Amino acid sequence: MKKMLLGFALALGLSGTALAAGGGFPIEKAPDRTNDMAALQNGAKIFVNYCLSCHSAAYMRYNRLRDIGLTDKQIAENLTFPTDKIGDTMKSAIDPKLAKEWFGANPPDLTVIARSRAGHGYSGADYIYTLLRTYYRDETKATGWNNMVFPNIGMPNPLWELQGERKPVMEKVDSHGHEVEVLKGWEQTKAGTMTPEAFDQNVGDLVAYLQWMGEPAQNTRVRIGVWVLLFLGIFILVAWRLNAAFWKDVK
Amino acid sequence: MAEFKEISPDAPTGQKVMNWFENRFPTAFDAYRVHMSEYYAPKNFNFWYIFGSLALLVLVIQIVTGIFLVMHYKPDANLAFASVEYIMRDVPWGWLIRYMHSTGASAFFIVVYLHMYRGLIYGSYRKPRELVWIFGCAIFLVLMAEAFMGYLLPWGQMSYWGAQVIVNLFSAIPFIGPDLALLIRGDYVVGDATLNRFFSFHVIAVPLVLLGLVVAHLLALHDVGSNNPDGVEIKAGPKGNRWSPTAPTDGVPFHPYYTVHDVFGVTVFLMVFSAIVFFAPEFGGYFLEFNNFIPADPLKTPPHIAPVWYFTPFYSMLRAITSEMMYALIACVLLGAVLGVVKAKLSTVMKGAVVGGALVLVALMLAIDAKFWGVVAMGGAVIILFFLPWLDNSPVKSIRYRPSWNKWLYAVFVINFLILGYLGVLPPSPVGERVSQVGTLFYFGFFLLMPWWSRLGEFKPVPARVNFKPH
Repeated sequence: MKKMLLGFALALGLSGTALAAGGGFPIEKAPDRTNDMAALQNGAKIFVNYCLSCHSAAYMRYNRLRDIGLTDKQIAENLTFPTDKIGDTMKSAIDPKLAKEWFGANPPDLTVIARSRAGHGYSGADYIYTLLRTYYRDETKATGWNNMVFPNIGMPNPLWELQGERKPVMEKVDSHGHEVEVLKGWEQTKAGTMTPEAFDQNVGDLVAYLQWMGEPAQNTRVRIGVWVLLFLGIFILVAWRLNAAFWKDVK
Repeated sequence: MAEFKEISPDAPTGQKVMNWFENRFPTAFDAYRVHMSEYYAPKNFNFWYIFGSLALLVLVIQIVTGIFLVMHYKPDANLAFASVEYIMRDVPWGWLIRYMHSTGASAFFIVVYLHMYRGLIYGSYRKPRELVWIFGCAIFLVLMAEAFMGYLLPWGQMSYWGAQVIVNLFSAIPFIGPDLALLIRGDYVVGDATLNRFFSFHVIAVPLVLLGLVVAHLLALHDVGSNNPDGVEIKAGPKGNRWSPTAPTDGVPFHPYYTVHDVFGVTVFLMVFSAIVFFAPEFGGYFLEFNNFIPADPLKTPPHIAPVWYFTPFYSMLRAITSEMMYALIACVLLGAVLGVVKAKLSTVMKGAVVGGALVLVALMLAIDAKFWGVVAMGGAVIILFFLPWLDNSPVKSIRYRPSWNKWLYAVFVINFLILGYLGVLPPSPVGERVSQVGTLFYFGFFLLMPWWSRLGEFKPVPARVNFKPH
């Protein structure tokens, strides 16, 4: 028994240290809004308007958006391309050849992006939330944009209209005898259509949508899980008493 | 043929129906008695004896969920990834079936590792249970093949590159290696042909072998009878109990006594299993790796390729064998030969053979690339388990009556195995390499030196009957 506890402790310690191994730019925690229908709907709108022109979500069907409280009519009128049917998957119209020419690589499919970009210690949503909020102008790059989380990123800031243009303010600090540059803050060089606070809100909604789209069943799963565990929690009492009833006369 | 049994016409209908069937299919009724109602298991089983039943349960979960997954999965390099997402999204309850299958794979290994550990500490592999143990080791080996091939099927980046790395290992075997790797892949790189044959093996060939071995494992076990935490043979003890005058006194019928135990154990297991399936199916990237949500791309190697956690102790041993490590291993071989010549009571001819064999082995170790010996170490780490019944020279079976320091030794063995597993998850590093080399030497030393250390120390008196406290 003691050995088993030790084993468990080790296993836990194991996952604990792995969580610490992130590295690079510190990843911020994304707000959890996968249960917030209004946020998800806003996120879906931003996704369709700003992401879907280059990225597909080729495993996601438009009509699944019913799950976030939209009617077929709303989906068809506001979110699909005129040529799409409601049962189609979300395919971008971009020509892969041109995309490769423009960005150096094909824009990745975004259906499960919030799952694939997770790392030990942060979720994929956290990663994207940080990434979309750390773009800055960099004229040395072909697209004119660079990113803190993903240096030399191929994708120019997709939300630049909303965010405007920013410049990082770096500060030199002493770390273990080396001088390193750390991010101190941002300087707005050109205003966007949104205030920085509103922008963060909207990116939070978009990320919530991406997270929901990565696994539409995620909240159903948790809800059902609670019932399953409640059932097992009661059943275990029956099993325990049954066991005791049989074994009481084994001497 | 069994005699036709007549039954009183006044008997209840239930009995008449049973009698009708028993007269026509006595084998089924005999099997029920032999394996369930009249299989006498020692009454002193503890917590550790649940994992056999749990392994069987997980096997059933895997087969049933697997059947439903195959209905929707497409074994085609262009469609496989999308079909898994289709299962996750569009198939009703598909996500549940898939998560049960993916969590089941990890659960299978957890349960099997604990089951093997039980056998290890209570000496369940000792005479007369050598074959039970060997069938069990074969199940473990086949299970590894099953898991490895199954992991390719979602066709994500980790599926693809994991398979690429492991299949490439076979090409390190001298002479036949490259052709063997080609035969396994069916192509020069992992591709559609590989996916198709792995699918076929994963859903048909390997499960058939697995089921056959499980049957052999259970039949052999029921022939020789179960061991128990005291390592005492109940069949050698007094006879006669409430259920039968000839059965061992310390035995209880498997059904209902251990079936009710198992119902309780299964419920505890299902609580843990469901908690993972419903609340953390990725299990922090250990059960479903994050990179595997990116479709396989043969042109883009991920920066860090790690096998799934259950293979990592063995993967660590593979990585530990560097050309530097070969010198340490050569020293071990030579030391072993010298000890064999000086210490062992062997004829001159045998001593000559030991020296000759050691020299040939050293020559091969110098001639063939360390990568090959890494593969040998990885395979050998599993194969060595088969020989356990003949490596253990201890006069007692159970750890309870072995010298107290043996408990520490087993604890270090477990911790070492966990450390090897942890290092196998991490990217290679100089410190990790050193630690895994020490760990590899310890792992093999534990088994290869067992004939010597298992005889040492002061053994405690083994009781004539099992220890049992009524509940």
